[in-house]
Amino acid sequence: MLSPQQIDTRLERILLKVQKPGRYVGGELNAIVKDWEDVGTRVAFVFPDIYDIGISNLGLQILYDLVNQRPDALAERAYAPWVDMEDLMRSSGIPLYSLETRHPLAAFDILGFSLPYETLYTNTLNMLDLAGIPLRSSDRTSADPLIIAGGHACFNPEPMHAFIDAFVIGEGEEVIQEIIDVVKKVKGQNSRASNHQPLPVDRELLLRELAQIQGVYVPRFYEVKYHQDDTIDSITPTIPEAPRVVIKRMLPKLPPPTTRFLVPNIDVVHNRVSVEVMRGCTRGCRFCQAGMITRPVRERSVEEIVQAAEEAVAATGSEELALLSLSSSDYTDILELVTRIGERFRGKHLTVSLPSLRIDTVSVELMEKLKDRRSGGFTLAPEAATERMRRIINKFITDEQLLETAREIYSRGWTNIKLYFMIGHPSETLADVQAIADLCKRVLAEGRKVLGGKARVHAGVSTFIPKPHTPFQWVSVDTPDQIRAKQELLMHELRGSAFKLSWTSPEDTLLEGWLSRGDRRMAEVIYNAWKNGTKFDAWQDQRRFEAWTSAFAAQKLDPAFYTHRTRRSDEVFPWEHISDTVRKKYLYADYQRSLDGTTRQDCREGCDACGILPTFAASRREFPGIYWKCPEVKSPAGEKRVAAGGG
Amino acid sequence: MRLRLTFSKSGALRYTGHLDLHSLWERTVRRAGLPLAYTQGFHPGPKIQLASALPLGFIGRAEIVDLWIIDSPTSLDQSYKELLQSASPPGLVISAVDVVDEHAPALQTQVVSAEYEVTFLEPVSTSMLAAGITTLLGAANLPRERRGKTYDLRSLVEKLELHPGEGSYPSQLHMRLAAREGATGRPEEVLDVLGIPFETTRIERTLLILRNPIKT
Repeated sequence: MLSPQQIDTRLERILLKVQKPGRYVGGELNAIVKDWEDVGTRVAFVFPDIYDIGISNLGLQILYDLVNQRPDALAERAYAPWVDMEDLMRSSGIPLYSLETRHPLAAFDILGFSLPYETLYTNTLNMLDLAGIPLRSSDRTSADPLIIAGGHACFNPEPMHAFIDAFVIGEGEEVIQEIIDVVKKVKGQNSRASNHQPLPVDRELLLRELAQIQGVYVPRFYEVKYHQDDTIDSITPTIPEAPRVVIKRMLPKLPPPTTRFLVPNIDVVHNRVSVEVMRGCTRGCRFCQAGMITRPVRERSVEEIVQAAEEAVAATGSEELALLSLSSSDYTDILELVTRIGERFRGKHLTVSLPSLRIDTVSVELMEKLKDRRSGGFTLAPEAATERMRRIINKFITDEQLLETAREIYSRGWTNIKLYFMIGHPSETLADVQAIADLCKRVLAEGRKVLGGKARVHAGVSTFIPKPHTPFQWVSVDTPDQIRAKQELLMHELRGSAFKLSWTSPEDTLLEGWLSRGDRRMAEVIYNAWKNGTKFDAWQDQRRFEAWTSAFAAQKLDPAFYTHRTRRSDEVFPWEHISDTVRKKYLYADYQRSLDGTTRQDCREGCDACGILPTFAASRREFPGIYWKCPEVKSPAGEKRVAAGGG
Repeated sequence: MRLRLTFSKSGALRYTGHLDLHSLWERTVRRAGLPLAYTQGFHPGPKIQLASALPLGFIGRAEIVDLWIIDSPTSLDQSYKELLQSASPPGLVISAVDVVDEHAPALQTQVVSAEYEVTFLEPVSTSMLAAGITTLLGAANLPRERRGKTYDLRSLVEKLELHPGEGSYPSQLHMRLAAREGATGRPEEVLDVLGIPFETTRIERTLLILRNPIKT
């Protein structure tokens, strides 16, 4: 294995031959560089896309900060090299290395991959390959690092089951520490062959220990049986230590926010600091996976958020602050928060972003308090353009509410409104798509009344992909022909310089669709697609679609099985043994309601018993009060805990 | 108030380009808690002037930047130099901070020449290099083409000398090149004439020479 010095010497020879070499050298303000020799457990956090995207990933920043607070461990980072750098690394014999100390990734004890979305899977394989680590969990030996992964995509871990030793399901802040403790304990008696090797470990023993941590899924300890028709018959644990259902981790009280953000020395996609205002969402939009898997809603206090924002800006000098949540308007004290942030930072040349605002005039007032100048765009996400369709997806507003909000936005000086829609919702017809164009025109007409020819509308129209653990997990994806017809209609209708239209290619939709609801057999498809040369699948100009179609053919699998098929009501899903604690029965009932256009109330208005509370009753009892948006649990402790249903 | 900083830029910051260095200074001043002045207009930008773009990969030993600060903050506990240094990222070391005339001409118009030291990362023949230098300096002109434009490199080379190097690197090349607006010599062009591949060297810019140097 190469030493850090050898890697450094080889790097200096190639860095000036690549685009943006600053991606590959680290050295950021607030990066933590510990003495390699001083700590027992070495963790590398890996984001399987380029630095420019990965550096601002909040989850990795949090975990990096937390692990480095331990005196007995260190955390370093690696991102996917862009194709030019990868070629030069391979030809110069440079393995994937960590930015902090230039150690080869193979020298770490644990590699933690962040998998927020499915199109990072081939990059994950590519990075393992570039690190010289066996791709398959079953091929790894005692001398290889433990490969773990977490992030929203891991709520269906099965497509990557062959490559990841252990998945983290749910929130990572506590469980990463427990994993490090177990690794430390199991490796304790061993000694390193050299300082540039991980501590050797009995992998079977280590994985058995890990399987006992709540929220950790070790795929090798489960057996999947299939029916004749390729659907799943059963998923069962093969060792007593592995739970029948892996229940996600959830922090009953959000920890203090991370404020010492890494400050990149080069321009990146989101050059900003972020403070999470709350986790979870009470809205229950039926297409939204994040809204289901991050329940329950837990809010931070205004005081804590303002203080964190001040600390983060002071620690980084950042010119942009993002207040993150799935639905900003629903934060209990949103007006107070926005007022205080606005007062605190006015005139300081700081841009504050507040994503996912409700479509009402209050949102316009909120944004106004945060803006030094009104310029640029204002984003709204109606998601569907007819009231019928909005009932189906459970994101109900009236057209008049939207138009009134648009009027208010334009009249306060914003010239561009960005409207997010999705095509391909269940039961959508061309008339519903025509309604998207009509609504954009009506919004523009409002703008023209106030601003004349300066008014603009940007329609961002993505294609709906059913996701695991949502009420729409049973439904089919539109076929490429259906998608194209809908997109062509929009392209035809929304011409002219006042409109901008963006959309997702049908190939990207299919790819994400296959991976989202894939089963274990998808692992071989991913492997073969990577072998066929695809990577950077989230990049339309990089991913190779035919690499995927030929991988399916080689495995004799029909891709339509994963995308273009309505699931039976009693179908066992590939993620049946992974629980976000929202019950499958609840999701199915919600799906049935969507079919007759019935909405479900926001759970702040009343609890519909999704399943969160029975599972986490003890946590709720321990943390009563207003910061959880579920009702309080009054029943005494010791009451029989209701087992979480799967899915 | 206009502050003129002399600083070095090395380590990972070798790979931070000119525009990114601009933002890096903006954030450093914010972290130092100093009120940076902004330009007026629809898109206000921070008032920061860098003397001369340092090519990517070069180490800068004595780079210069002018920063405009709103007024003088009341009684500072620390000097500007200490405040700014403690807010700087790794690889940035401030060697001097001077207050200059607010209305002095733009910094980039004041640079006349720049000095460079080139370290060879791979063995080179000193005698061949010496011969190459003699030929280069003896030439009346050296027409070169860069980005489709022809120019005379010879007239931009003010000094070119071979020096003994340090440690495992036996020799170094020192040069002073013109660095006026519209007439800037590039060390990699000189290396190319001498037949040395740019990627086998490490280049440091050691000095920027200003028309009206400030006294420190």
